Amino acid sequence: MWTWFYKLASPPYVYGVAARFAPWLFGAAALTIGYGLIAGLGIAPPDYQQGEAFRMIYVHVPAAILSVTVYSIMAVASAVALIWRIKVGHAVAAASVPIGASFTLMTLVTGSLWGKPMWGTYWAWDPRLTSELILLFLYVGVMSLRSAFEDPARGDRAAALLAVVGVVNVPIVHFSVVWWNSLHQGSTIVTLEGPKMPGSMLWPLLSMWLGFMLFYGAVLCIRVQGEVLNRERQSAWVREAVKS
Amino acid sequence: MTVGAREALFLILRRELRLSFRRPEQLAQPLVFFLIVTTLFPLGLSVQLSLLRDMAPGVLWVAALLSSLLSLDALFKSDAEDGTLEQLALSGHGLTVVVVAKTVAHWLVTGLALVLVSPIVGTALGIPTEAFATMLLSLALGTLTLSWLGAIGTGLTIGLRRGNVLLSLIVLPLATPLLIFGAGATDRAMSGSGVAGALYLLAALCVLTCTLAPFAAAAALRITLE
Amino acid sequence: MSGFWSMGGYARYVWPCFAFAALVVAWNVWSARRSLQAARQRAARALAMASRDTQ
Repeated sequence: MWTWFYKLASPPYVYGVAARFAPWLFGAAALTIGYGLIAGLGIAPPDYQQGEAFRMIYVHVPAAILSVTVYSIMAVASAVALIWRIKVGHAVAAASVPIGASFTLMTLVTGSLWGKPMWGTYWAWDPRLTSELILLFLYVGVMSLRSAFEDPARGDRAAALLAVVGVVNVPIVHFSVVWWNSLHQGSTIVTLEGPKMPGSMLWPLLSMWLGFMLFYGAVLCIRVQGEVLNRERQSAWVREAVKS
Repeated sequence: MTVGAREALFLILRRELRLSFRRPEQLAQPLVFFLIVTTLFPLGLSVQLSLLRDMAPGVLWVAALLSSLLSLDALFKSDAEDGTLEQLALSGHGLTVVVVAKTVAHWLVTGLALVLVSPIVGTALGIPTEAFATMLLSLALGTLTLSWLGAIGTGLTIGLRRGNVLLSLIVLPLATPLLIFGAGATDRAMSGSGVAGALYLLAALCVLTCTLAPFAAAAALRITLE
Repeated sequence: MSGFWSMGGYARYVWPCFAFAALVVAWNVWSARRSLQAARQRAARALAMASRDTQ
């Protein structure tokens, strides 16, 4: 079983696996997101406090979870690449940045549209919103740093270091609602007493969460193929891969 | 003649300080910038002193942040340009020692200087003298943390085109907790509520950065110098 | 059915919200495929140049 991990360090193996998995991941994502949307928009009852507006949870919360998860994956991939000098790690990190940044933007915009009817404002300088905005800046910083270097290998390593340094922001985003008095509501799903949401509302949300994760995986598979190609252009296996 | 790590640290520190004081005009620049920026706010906003006082901690901190950013250039650049940095890296003491010495020297001539000038600026912005102790302490902790964040950022961006803009893009998001706690501490001192919490958090951030940042900055330099 | 579209009066927040989410999803798919295509083209070009050099 551990040999599978070793294979993951091999660029042609990753390229092949990504190419094969992508369609399945897209299909699974479509199914789970489809169910989530239908159930969330059509079946779940309106919230007694927020009415129909609460339905924005079905894109906002999964996007928020993804924005932080993708950054963490990027940081882990970067650390692996830096410590063990596994170039595939850089490919995974580079592929993840635009996806994570777009989900962070989705979080901020959907949250803003949700905030207006609920809190009366499109924006507040509150700990969770601010730290999510910082997360977006960190993504942009990592992207800019990587592209600022003429030597792509050096750019990869510099961006990887920045990604690892910036990961301190991730616990801040998560715990901001616990540590500070925040406008944003606290945890409703992961609590010690179990989820505080009724099942009819919860299942579509979990499905959307899973769907977004699968979607990230699918898009990652597409992007990582390109990133691997960019880094391995001189290799023999690339000849075969490109001919097809 | 072989030199121990601690001696090497002090030697480099002394060298940095001596070099800095050889050009006093260079030392004054971040301070002058600090003064100018803090003047810009009341001029641009044309508010009464009472309103200005409410904004004072934030204005002070943003100005300190920007002044520190400006001065970070000097941390590694001239040594990187003439090859001294590579020589120091090859010296056998490890880049971490070099980085610690240079960053501490940088803070002593920049951050500490800002802290010493802050009472003047604070008075100009309307901060009452009772809040000065908190202001000074929070600025001291904050500028030290900033010097470290800047060391990491500068290490990553030496020699890049438009490295300055990139440096700001990297350092500012990482520095926002500092701004929030630092300005918050001074604010609370002014309104009379307890400052201990904010100061402890600032101190915690400072300790965290002082212990981990040297390794990150050394790693950054290693990537750039290779 | 009209209640569905009006979303209890919140329609002007809810629907743009989902629309933006759909936009981000679509952009991700489009952008990823474009970058893979560009990478393939660059690799093919590099190989063509290399084989020309060795001839």
